[in-house]
Amino acid sequence: MGVVALKPGYEDQVEIRDRLENFHGNQLVYLHWEEHLMFCAALAFPFPPDMPFGAIIGEIIPTFYGMHPDFEKIDWGQVRWTVDGKEITPDPEKSLADNGVRHKSLIRFWTPGLTGVNGVPTV
Amino acid sequence: MAAKKKLGLKQRYNLMTRGLDWETSYQPMDKVFPEATFEGIKIKDWDKWQDPFRLTMDSYWKFQAEKERKLYAVLDSFAQNNGQLGLSDPRYVNTVKLFLTGVSPLEYQAHRGFAHAGRQMPGVGPRIAAQMQSLDELRHAQTQIHTISHYNKYFDGLHEFRHMHDRVWYLSVPKSFFDDARTSGPFEYMIAIGFAFEYVLTNLLFVPFMSGAAYNGDLATVTFGFSAQSDESRHMTLGIEVIKFLLEQDPDNLPIVQKWVDKWFWRGYKVLTLVAMMMDYMLPKRIMSWKEAWEIYFTQAGGALFEDLARYGIRPPKYADVATAECDHVAHQNWSIFYQYTHAAAFHTWLPNSEEMDWLSEKYPESFDKHYRPRYEQWARMEADGNRFYNNALPQLCTTCQIPMGYTEPGDPTTIAFRTSEHKGDIYHFCSDGCKDIFDGEPEKYSQSWLPVHQIFQGNCGGADVEDVLKWYNMNLGADNLDQNVSPDQELWDEWQRQRAAVSSVAAE
Repeated sequence: MGVVALKPGYEDQVEIRDRLENFHGNQLVYLHWEEHLMFCAALAFPFPPDMPFGAIIGEIIPTFYGMHPDFEKIDWGQVRWTVDGKEITPDPEKSLADNGVRHKSLIRFWTPGLTGVNGVPTV
Repeated sequence: MAAKKKLGLKQRYNLMTRGLDWETSYQPMDKVFPEATFEGIKIKDWDKWQDPFRLTMDSYWKFQAEKERKLYAVLDSFAQNNGQLGLSDPRYVNTVKLFLTGVSPLEYQAHRGFAHAGRQMPGVGPRIAAQMQSLDELRHAQTQIHTISHYNKYFDGLHEFRHMHDRVWYLSVPKSFFDDARTSGPFEYMIAIGFAFEYVLTNLLFVPFMSGAAYNGDLATVTFGFSAQSDESRHMTLGIEVIKFLLEQDPDNLPIVQKWVDKWFWRGYKVLTLVAMMMDYMLPKRIMSWKEAWEIYFTQAGGALFEDLARYGIRPPKYADVATAECDHVAHQNWSIFYQYTHAAAFHTWLPNSEEMDWLSEKYPESFDKHYRPRYEQWARMEADGNRFYNNALPQLCTTCQIPMGYTEPGDPTTIAFRTSEHKGDIYHFCSDGCKDIFDGEPEKYSQSWLPVHQIFQGNCGGADVEDVLKWYNMNLGADNLDQNVSPDQELWDEWQRQRAAVSSVAAE
């Protein structure tokens, strides 16, 4: 079905508000630690596309998830990652873009053996 | 000479509402009513519109003026007698803050919306009804602002409600709901607000707020509730009349109306989940749980309504079953969102105490002890250690409802629900199938969503730091935001209680 609009040609005049160009060289990236729902939702960040993936592991996750009691116990070799639903093995040296992370991508990670405080995934 | 007989109600109504317009000759009628056809709705006979109230403008003014006099007398006496001292607990005031900042501006939006929809309707019946509702809504906005202005003298977070409504991240939820309705065509607006919100869902907004106010000593709010009540019944009647009228006019209207019913049920439900957390967490004296309210006001009342509408071919809204199943989780999930982002909110949050947690266990035997009590216990440990939990990153928002994506998969409360769509090369994220369907129906519209988190990152909200953004919201940092326990509101209340105790001990001597 076509667009229902009062104005002819409305479709062509739409300005998409969250286009990549509007983020001053950054791209939107969402990050979510599975089975640790004390953090109510995935986190949103403006990251430069050439930022190495390793910065997520080395800086971002410790800063924003570090207060969780499970954080210290994470075995990074075991962590399972997906980007937009696809399993990946991230190369920490390579950029976000080279690891398949694009504008508005969602990165989810699972930490095997760690499923929230006392094993309750909603904590 | 015998005095002339007064006109009967029906006669009088006809004389004062019908035959006042004319077929234009300088301009074709479709130019005069440019929005009447583009949505695809077909109307054959506007005279088939039934107005069960038959209210004329002169009686309208008379009724409303009477109600106003009563309302303002009560408000004056509430203020003169320091009614705020009779509240159950200062935490209650946060529900008033949520109402004034989240709901009252919607009354004003409804006023404008009905004025516009009424203007665009070529039929005189709905035009008159929309005009009166438009005036009612303006009156509601005013009475609410007057009522709540008293609280503004003593409590934080109320001083910039209008400014905040256009800027603050969680207020974009009710704001975008109404912006969405008002940027639709006039028929969709009438189904969105008149039918889906006023008829199907309104009891879930007003009954909890007004009963909650009564239970918690807020006579001022109860009074504006009463003053609005007779208007609300008129609005509900308009809502049901609109849907019946559209469906009776032409069979082609059915699929269009069904799509709107599905969309606006889900849009309205998402906004109302803010009420869910208010009922289960914010009222110091509870009335009933969200789950109980949903059962009474949606499952039972809505069930009967949709049985009645089935003869027109309308089925119950899509995903109503999902909303019902979510009752076990949605209030807890919302309170968790606000608890961890209360440093960026103009009201306070707190952890439920042990008595309140027991109430929640009793009301939510399937979910609370298993999934949410352990979370609050962890947060209580963190608070006791001096690390009250605040989430220091911004949350991912749903493109459609604009709420942080804190909702879980149907049937799996341990996994966040993520839904996406692609549109013109970009990804869009949604909290639910309901929100995704709405986007997929009109991607051009929602690709323009003003999502607060993304706007902050685009540099449109006063700066890059949370503090800059909060200043841009006109929030008083350290007063409007943060935990109830460290708030000036709480401190002031405790001081009042000390003074009262001192006075009563002197009196006892």
